[in-house]
Amino acid sequence: MPGAKIEIVQNGSPSEQRSLLIDNDRAVAIARFLRVDPALCLDFCSNVTGVDWLDRVVKKTTKLKKLVDGQEKEIVETTEEKIPGYLEAVYHLYSMTHKHGPVIIRMRTSDRAEGNRLPSLTSIWRSAEFQEREIFDLYGIRFEAHPDLRRILMWDEFENYPMRKDYWEPDDYEWEPTPHDAVLEKAKQHYPPRPKMDGAEKITAQP
Amino acid sequence: MTQIDEQLRTELQRQGVWVTSMQELYNWGRKNSIWPLQFGLACCAIEMIATAASRYDIARFGGEVFRPSPRQADLMIVAGTVTKKMAPQIVRLYNQMGDPKYVIAMGACAISGGPFKQGYNVLKGIDRYIPVDVYIPGCPPRPEALLHAFMELQRKIDEQKLTGANKAEFLKPNQPSEFPVPRFGKHDLEPSANRDVFQPPVLERQS
Repeated sequence: MPGAKIEIVQNGSPSEQRSLLIDNDRAVAIARFLRVDPALCLDFCSNVTGVDWLDRVVKKTTKLKKLVDGQEKEIVETTEEKIPGYLEAVYHLYSMTHKHGPVIIRMRTSDRAEGNRLPSLTSIWRSAEFQEREIFDLYGIRFEAHPDLRRILMWDEFENYPMRKDYWEPDDYEWEPTPHDAVLEKAKQHYPPRPKMDGAEKITAQP
Repeated sequence: MTQIDEQLRTELQRQGVWVTSMQELYNWGRKNSIWPLQFGLACCAIEMIATAASRYDIARFGGEVFRPSPRQADLMIVAGTVTKKMAPQIVRLYNQMGDPKYVIAMGACAISGGPFKQGYNVLKGIDRYIPVDVYIPGCPPRPEALLHAFMELQRKIDEQKLTGANKAEFLKPNQPSEFPVPRFGKHDLEPSANRDVFQPPVLERQS
């Protein structure tokens, strides 16, 4: 595939399950290749999911040997790299023919702004249709050339994207018999205001 | 209506004369043929089905005729998680039922949202929109618990008065038999609760 950018995303976890970050412009061609190629033949798309990445700072530590006052010393340098947030769609692919997999491909939007677009892979794997709709519903990624892009879990009038990390759910915690932790913080908003101190409560009964 | 002496009544019954009142006869008939509305929302429905099947056999209490039409049903068993998308349909079904009608909230989700209470898509208890007669805790409640709730409801029906100042709610002409169906809003259901039905106690907890 000429001009297609593919990057291997490393995974630091024990499973070391790496994934392929593919070029949005050529994603459909790459996906068709993954499906059609006789050696790969990834004909089963088992799962499609979304990820919301916030702006983050990655700290890198490098050990350097430097000459300080004529002596060689090891100095640890930390560099900070700012990575702007983006939304991501992740596809898990298997091959029913060759019984291998999974191959994980990812597509990223340029930023987290609403109405971000990614190419739909429903034309390659039909099973991605409902799951892409779900990502649209919960993360707000618009899939281009999707046959039927509507909300699937929430109602049509709903305006937020609940799985995004900046989603703020409506406050209906007025009745909490046993609140704790995060719910306690929400329930406190509904508690009656503390009565004003006028000094009367300090007066104690005379002996 | 003059009250007959209980002792005289048992004496008469021993002699083969059965004395009763219209109210007793009417309530006896009603409480022994409660027809539930046939619908289930989540895993509690499986327990409800088990209750209706031969091992637990709700037919022993006259509740075996699950009706697929709200017009023919007396009892709504809210068996399972009520999502915000489903709540308007539940209220609409309740409105379509003929008086007298009763509601059993079955399981933690129907009572309060249960384990999904902190989620964005689950209603925090069906009593926010319709009046509930019997609550059953449990996740899910066992069939015995549903039978217990059923017997509680029978007791409740048996105690309802047909005449007088404290006659049953459904006989009072100013009593609403329909409840407003919530609309799908931009962030939540509108209104988030029917304040005529849902009046939680004010919790006197401060800071």
